[in-house]
Amino acid sequence: MNEILVCSDLCKNYGQKTALSHLELTLERGKIIGLLGPNGSGKTTLIKLIAGLLVPTYGSLTVGGNRIGVETKKIVSYLPERTYIPEWMKVKDILDFFEDFYSDFSRDRAVEMLTSLNIAVGDKIKTMSKGTKEKVQLILVMSREAELYLLDEPIAGVDPAARDYILRTIITNYNENASIIISTHLITDIEPVLDDVVMIQNGTLRIHASVDEIREKNQMSVDALFREVFRC
Amino acid sequence: MAWYFSGDKAVYLQIMEEIQLRIISGFYPLGTRIPSVRDLAEEARVNPNTMQKALTELERSELVVSQRTAGKFVTCDEKRVTEIRERMSSECMEEFLSRMKKLGFTEKEASEKIGQHCAKNETDPRN
Repeated sequence: MNEILVCSDLCKNYGQKTALSHLELTLERGKIIGLLGPNGSGKTTLIKLIAGLLVPTYGSLTVGGNRIGVETKKIVSYLPERTYIPEWMKVKDILDFFEDFYSDFSRDRAVEMLTSLNIAVGDKIKTMSKGTKEKVQLILVMSREAELYLLDEPIAGVDPAARDYILRTIITNYNENASIIISTHLITDIEPVLDDVVMIQNGTLRIHASVDEIREKNQMSVDALFREVFRC
Repeated sequence: MAWYFSGDKAVYLQIMEEIQLRIISGFYPLGTRIPSVRDLAEEARVNPNTMQKALTELERSELVVSQRTAGKFVTCDEKRVTEIRERMSSECMEEFLSRMKKLGFTEKEASEKIGQHCAKNETDPRN
């Protein structure tokens, strides 16, 4: 079974407003996938549906062949748009929490990454900058041995050097059985690490292709294609 | 240092070019082992699948040879390297000519110009 994610006729409405409309999408294992689209196109809604934080209005969604539930939450590692680490904690506390909560969490890996970004286990979350908090959160998420990683805007708030480190972390840490979905607007930064690109617009699939296909067919980068497809 | 990639060409093609250059220039000498896919991917800051694709293509062109357990090696075939070098040099010249044509020079004028330019470089004491 090579599919990690299958969405079929997936719809999500918020009252009158349609966020996702009859989305058909199948993603394979072992890929790094960029989830791209203009503001309000449904990226975060899709990610939250996969993470099990939202329930579809209609249609079906499976991860590793299972409907969203306890089994899929075990294998999905989710980085939300905003950090949720309580301010009173020290890094050590949140490490304990993750270790308790997720059986696939590798504390050693997390500590190693924290150390290389000069974040000490005794540091307080409260005194951290926004960017540092984001780094901690991403390290926690990437230190799980998950099968599907969902990264919602993982690099937006961090400086370019840390961005490089994070991308390097992503490409060196993931294994062939796992897939990573990255939603972002910083396409140029992540383009070289992507296998495939999924572009959505108004809750429907616009383009699903490999980066190489896009470059060969259109003679332009994904960033340039995005600007053309979604020209305002 | 991350490798630089331009926007208009597939990334794996640009990686192939870089590795070909490294082989031709002797940065990766004939018959030596080249770094692993993971290490190269990390160095170039690209997806390992993309690096793998570039190396597979290089194997197909027989510039890189895979030895099942030991990794990937630069070919020992000097002739093959010379061929690739010739091909890349033709591509370079075609590019030069096409840009000169855009500037309004004929091929003959372009050829004279490059000749003059090289002659000037040779007499320049700074070289």
